[in-house]
Amino acid sequence: MGLELYLDLLSQPCRAVYIFAKKNGIPFELRTVDLIKGALPVCHPRVQTDGTKSCETGFLALQGGAQAMEGSAFSSHHLPCRTLPGQHLSDAFAQVNPLKKVPVLKDGDFILRESVAILLYLTHKYKVPDYWYPQDLQARARVDEYLAWQHTTLRRSCLRALWHKVMFPVFLGEPVSPQTLAATLAELDVNLQLLEDEFLQNKAFLAGPHISLADLVAITELMHPVGAGCQVFEGRPKLAAWRNRVEAAVGEDLFREAHEIILKAKDCPPADPTTKQKLMPRILAII
Amino acid sequence: MALELYMDLLSAPCRAVYIFSKKHDIPFTFQFVDLLKGHPYNKEYIKINPLRKLPSLKDGKFVLTESVAILYYLCRKYSAPLHWYPPDLHTRARVEEFMAWQHTAFQLPMKRIVWLKLLIPKITGEEVSAEKIDHAVAEVKNSLQLFEKKFLQDKMFITGDQISLADLVAVVEMMQPMAANYNAFLNSSKLAEWLMRVELSIGSGLFREAHNRLMQLADWDFSTLDPLVKEKICEFQEKYL
Repeated sequence: MGLELYLDLLSQPCRAVYIFAKKNGIPFELRTVDLIKGALPVCHPRVQTDGTKSCETGFLALQGGAQAMEGSAFSSHHLPCRTLPGQHLSDAFAQVNPLKKVPVLKDGDFILRESVAILLYLTHKYKVPDYWYPQDLQARARVDEYLAWQHTTLRRSCLRALWHKVMFPVFLGEPVSPQTLAATLAELDVNLQLLEDEFLQNKAFLAGPHISLADLVAITELMHPVGAGCQVFEGRPKLAAWRNRVEAAVGEDLFREAHEIILKAKDCPPADPTTKQKLMPRILAII
Repeated sequence: MALELYMDLLSAPCRAVYIFSKKHDIPFTFQFVDLLKGHPYNKEYIKINPLRKLPSLKDGKFVLTESVAILYYLCRKYSAPLHWYPPDLHTRARVEEFMAWQHTAFQLPMKRIVWLKLLIPKITGEEVSAEKIDHAVAEVKNSLQLFEKKFLQDKMFITGDQISLADLVAVVEMMQPMAANYNAFLNSSKLAEWLMRVELSIGSGLFREAHNRLMQLADWDFSTLDPLVKEKICEFQEKYL
């Protein structure tokens, strides 16, 4: 079996991986994960001899977290795909932290998490154009610098903006106080300014004259608050121009395809009570 | 001009960069930026790093922040032995995976313990609620468990038989709570043994030297704390605690 990528395009890091793989013509099998439903992947269920349907990749083991790091554990669990009765969604799922269980890369027996690591793996393995992660020492360092910085800053703000503005009130039916929302949006503002002043500056792209992994990771993050209806690029002509360049470099169609789901986030129907109950504690632990 | 490293060894990321540089005899000037005296907010330092964070590297005109980026840079520029950042696709990916994961899953909980158990009480004179501390301790324990299960497993080091950047970054983070008298290695013989191996690989003298300032933090006279630092701490407290 070739490369598999477990992705939910609702998640920012997943979008970066998706775009990168598609843009570079990297052959992979997409395993769509629906984080919100906590469902098993839309893969190819096969019927076992006893009549039960099973998922050939045993995704439930993957969701168990630690187990997923062991290739053998991963391939030895065959569990019903989408036919799993509620009570079996137990310990493995109970530990699921939906916002951190994707993306996942599976290359034969090798399993890798963390979008930055996945992007770097794909870069090293598939010999993509140099500009994505330049050989030049200092140019590469600039990309590494952004990829490190963004974890606790822009990523955090963008995630919180989506959840505080849309997902909590609309999807989970949980009101968010105006003060909390204001604080989150203010923090986003600060990070957007830092992005512009300290990283982009007067360059065409974040790490230099060409697009790189840094831009891809950044733009997919920013589409989160955009999906929430935040005016991220209004009043920021420099950033808006950069966004257009990134979109052009990626390709408009691919960019649109990758962001279709997040741009509909505002219109998501409210969660049913069971889903809400399951998701709330895990979401609150991270947001 | 030689390489300049702007650091305060109270900070775990600074210790990683310091240890790596010393271990590989990389010639550098240690530019001490005193966290307790609010030096990161000085005009001179802001010129070096407008983000006001530590560590920073200055190599001629080239300025670089973020310890992970700095470690990769030093590895490449000074041709460190390959086991620190292995060229093998899968092994390298494991290092990169840990380096990415640790920002939120590891560094934050370890820092939080120091804030809640030591810094906040010393600075404000008020103890933090037991509930908050218990929650922070639970988070640290969870991180450590994940570290053991996901990264270390039954190996000598994260990538296998030899130390890598991942172990270095992990160990300095795990040492951070020591400042608040919280020993992350106490409940796991596996982690304690790994610590010994890492310390030996680095060199006990260098390891101890790098952690000296951290270990003395509790004895520091907090009444002399710079008011600007106090202000930043309160901001941090609101945001992350």
